[in-house]
Amino acid sequence: MKRKTADTVASHSRMTRRALFLGGSQLAFMGLLGLRMRYLQVDQADEFRLLAEENRINVRLIPPARGEIYDRNGVMLAQNEPSYRITIVREDAGDVESVISKLSTLIELDDDALNRAMTEIRRSSPFLPVTIAERISWEEMSRVAVNAPALPGVTPEVGLSRIYPMGADFAHVVGYVGPVSDYDLSKIEDPDQLLLIPRFQIGKVGVEARSETRLRGVAGTKQVEVNAIGRVMRELDRREGQAGDDLQLTIDQKLQSYVQARLGEESAAAVVIDVESGEILSINSSPTFDPNLFVRGISVADYSALTENEFRPLATKSVQGTYPPGSTFKMVTALAALEDGVIDSETTVYCPGHMTVSDRRFHCWKRGGHGHMNLEGALRESCDVYFYDIALKVGIDKISDMAKRLGLGVRHSVPMSAVASGLAPNREWKQRTYDQAWVLGDTVNASIGQGYVLSSPLQLAVMTARLASGKALEPRLVKTVNGIDQSVPFDEIPDLDVNPNHLRMVRKAMYAVSNDRRGTAYNQRIIEDRVRLAGKTGTSQVRNITAAERRSGVIRNEDLPWGRRDHGLFVSFAPFDNPKIAVAVVVEHGGGSKAATPIARDITLQALYNGDPPLESYPSKDRARIRAQQKRLREENPQIAGTTQDRA
Amino acid sequence: MSYLEYTVKSVPTGLSKVLHLNWALVLLLTAVSSVGFLMLYSVAGGSFNPWAAAQIKRFVMGLCLMFTIAMVPIWFWRNVSGVLYAGSLVLLVLVELVGTVNMGAQRWIDLGFMRLQPSELMKITLVMFLAAYYDWLPTEKTSRPFWIIVPIIIIVIPTMLVLRQPDLGTSLLLLMGGAMVMFMAGVHWAYFAAVVAMGVGTITAVFQSRGQSWQLLKDYQYRRIDTFLDPASDPLGAGYHITQSKIALGSGGWAGRGYMQGTQSRLNFLPEKHTDFIFTTLAEEFGFIGAVSLLGLYALIIAFCIASALRNKDRFASLMTIGIACTFFLFFSVNMSMVMGMAPVVGVPLPLVSYGGSAMLILLIGFGMIQSAHVHRPR
Repeated sequence: MKRKTADTVASHSRMTRRALFLGGSQLAFMGLLGLRMRYLQVDQADEFRLLAEENRINVRLIPPARGEIYDRNGVMLAQNEPSYRITIVREDAGDVESVISKLSTLIELDDDALNRAMTEIRRSSPFLPVTIAERISWEEMSRVAVNAPALPGVTPEVGLSRIYPMGADFAHVVGYVGPVSDYDLSKIEDPDQLLLIPRFQIGKVGVEARSETRLRGVAGTKQVEVNAIGRVMRELDRREGQAGDDLQLTIDQKLQSYVQARLGEESAAAVVIDVESGEILSINSSPTFDPNLFVRGISVADYSALTENEFRPLATKSVQGTYPPGSTFKMVTALAALEDGVIDSETTVYCPGHMTVSDRRFHCWKRGGHGHMNLEGALRESCDVYFYDIALKVGIDKISDMAKRLGLGVRHSVPMSAVASGLAPNREWKQRTYDQAWVLGDTVNASIGQGYVLSSPLQLAVMTARLASGKALEPRLVKTVNGIDQSVPFDEIPDLDVNPNHLRMVRKAMYAVSNDRRGTAYNQRIIEDRVRLAGKTGTSQVRNITAAERRSGVIRNEDLPWGRRDHGLFVSFAPFDNPKIAVAVVVEHGGGSKAATPIARDITLQALYNGDPPLESYPSKDRARIRAQQKRLREENPQIAGTTQDRA
Repeated sequence: MSYLEYTVKSVPTGLSKVLHLNWALVLLLTAVSSVGFLMLYSVAGGSFNPWAAAQIKRFVMGLCLMFTIAMVPIWFWRNVSGVLYAGSLVLLVLVELVGTVNMGAQRWIDLGFMRLQPSELMKITLVMFLAAYYDWLPTEKTSRPFWIIVPIIIIVIPTMLVLRQPDLGTSLLLLMGGAMVMFMAGVHWAYFAAVVAMGVGTITAVFQSRGQSWQLLKDYQYRRIDTFLDPASDPLGAGYHITQSKIALGSGGWAGRGYMQGTQSRLNFLPEKHTDFIFTTLAEEFGFIGAVSLLGLYALIIAFCIASALRNKDRFASLMTIGIACTFFLFFSVNMSMVMGMAPVVGVPLPLVSYGGSAMLILLIGFGMIQSAHVHRPR
């Protein structure tokens, strides 16, 4: 291909122009580079040379202050407290052993902690500080500071450590913090730089763990100059981090502490929910433990005492424990049948004391039977046969749906550890899980909350609150975050979508349970009119009663070993005509509902009166005993009276 | 003017070619590389191992390669440039498939005796292929839309492949190097203006949308852009290196702290002290005078290349020469800007000075092409 000379000449001259342009631009850019060099190397040389010659620059993280946790009235539940600790840097100490022996003449060193520190010193990099004594007093700290020249590599440091002023009362709700473990790190995909700080503390259990990212805050950084032996000379640059968010829980500390004291050493759980908002006012599990032990590093002996206790103090029974709800489930069966139209309030069922389904005999708890029962009577006297009958009419799937609508068998989102979802079984579930068809006997068992049905105390309280309010309220644990209100107004909570008349029938029957002479909780009634209680007892079996045993007489609970006794349950709301609070109490192996009912009554009154109720609320025969109980609890647990400590 | 139009006879043949080499350029290259040897010796704490000796070996190898290439007539290189480009592209795809995963980026193919980075090879072959394209294309068609799209595709394919590795620095170099060849070939100004306008528009849109309802990127992507543009906002990551780097530079002052007197312990904070951040050591030990001298050497190399290109009447030869020179310019200017905190840290080595086999060899191959163009220029 031949090109015209004129054309090539033109393109060549254009190229020359452009080459000169490009070359010129490049030259200009190089000029810019030169200027920058001049700026850095000549104009700022003195400053940089100083930094470079005499110092090393170190970037250090400033751990943010962890958010604090308060109760609904501003009582401190988890706070940060300055604490002094002694750290040692192997590289700077030289002979670590001799430095430590010198140190031990000044302050008392815990052997356990010392051994731990020695392993850490051997394992970690020589220039990393390792803590050898924590939570030392101001005097000890100053003794070390004065003797610093004789102790190379030893530095006294001030840090913040977590304390839980309410101790054991909030162990299961607030939880505790502890040093980051390799296991924790392995679970986090993109760990925050902060987590890599040795012994940085993160939430391990409860709100501390579930709201970890909110509470932790954002690390700041500082650039410091350090001299040859690593001592900080001055700070060059500082970027403030952001303190963690403060959380205010919906819990009422006074009530929570009262409930904890009231549950005592029983293996039990109790939940109190505000019926108007779903706010959890108290949520307890007993026995409990002191979370402060974990922050300090729990001793082997203390820890094994906790794990070997058959009452399982470490378990959060209120949300994690799932129990057959027993008769407290009967409201679900009743509502499912009412909504389905298979019964009305006047439908009666004859209870001869048992019922035969598919050749199997199902017993009522009352051997002789209840005779003719309508809805109110059946709930009031907890007639099992009535519910067997209506459950067979309405079918398990509708019962399961109703249970879920009332909050059973669904996992509620509260920031606590190991929140269980319980179980509201249906046909599809059994087929999927056991690869077996659902049989009528399963329905019969489920109708009275036995068999496959499982629910946690929290779910039972939610169910009761929903029955009482007619609203599909969700339990909530966090009231404000950094002072910003998180609550949902009552009007915005969706309706339960259950016929209000049916709800009224069930509530009326629950009223009869504790206020009608024939009711199963009549003995534990409240006689003060303004705070009448409506509830439902439950006794859930953890064993099968054989036909032989039935013939010879069912063994009394008191005669069984603890782990084979029935669970005692009680759910209630009060006041009946204007419900404010819903309560669920479960006493593990309490031997029947009579273990739970008095506790629920005491809690209800305590919550409604915001302190000890007048003795006149109790039937006269109980008053002396209640007075003694109030006095004892108060003496043993001063925090029940509330504290004067405020969030200021 | 094209090779078809002049007599090949006027071009030197045989050993006389050696006399016609651009010896000044050879000298400059040797000088710059020697600076590299010095610095690598110093960074290693006054030892030829592990870097300086290997670097010298590679330089000698590269020099031989350069002379060999320079002896082969430039029209041969033009004729095979398409094959070279296609070969590099195949290698780029291959690296995607079999490349060793190194530091999270798949960049090289292990040949046993050296690690080949196809993206480095592509820097030269892309420029050559584009030059050959514009040599073949009648000049009046240069600015027609269709004939603009073809080179854009030629540039974008390898750029995307390199970006996937991911190697942002090299892909930017490819993109800008290619664009410079297009500019030199005489593509109309308006196209470049349009691209610049579009780029500015997109960037403004992305930043304007931040926090608005029509936000274009995810929040975390903005945060990444933030630390990328302003490393100081991430003082433990990129910002840490920049701080250290600036201190090293600044402490050099006018005349530097003297050879081997740079405080190495401090430079140990820089993980790439023998590669991307080697300039800081130079600036610390030889000061402003040393740094500017290196910049001067680089400028001379560029100047000699442009001069050679302008004297060359062959379109392919001059386009290729300028293209390779531009790539070289981009190399060191991006590296220096990055080290001096003027640009984000993208991982581009300092050409001929930073330790690294592939980069050194490829650059000398490129200069071999420039020499070949110089020797075989029509007279």
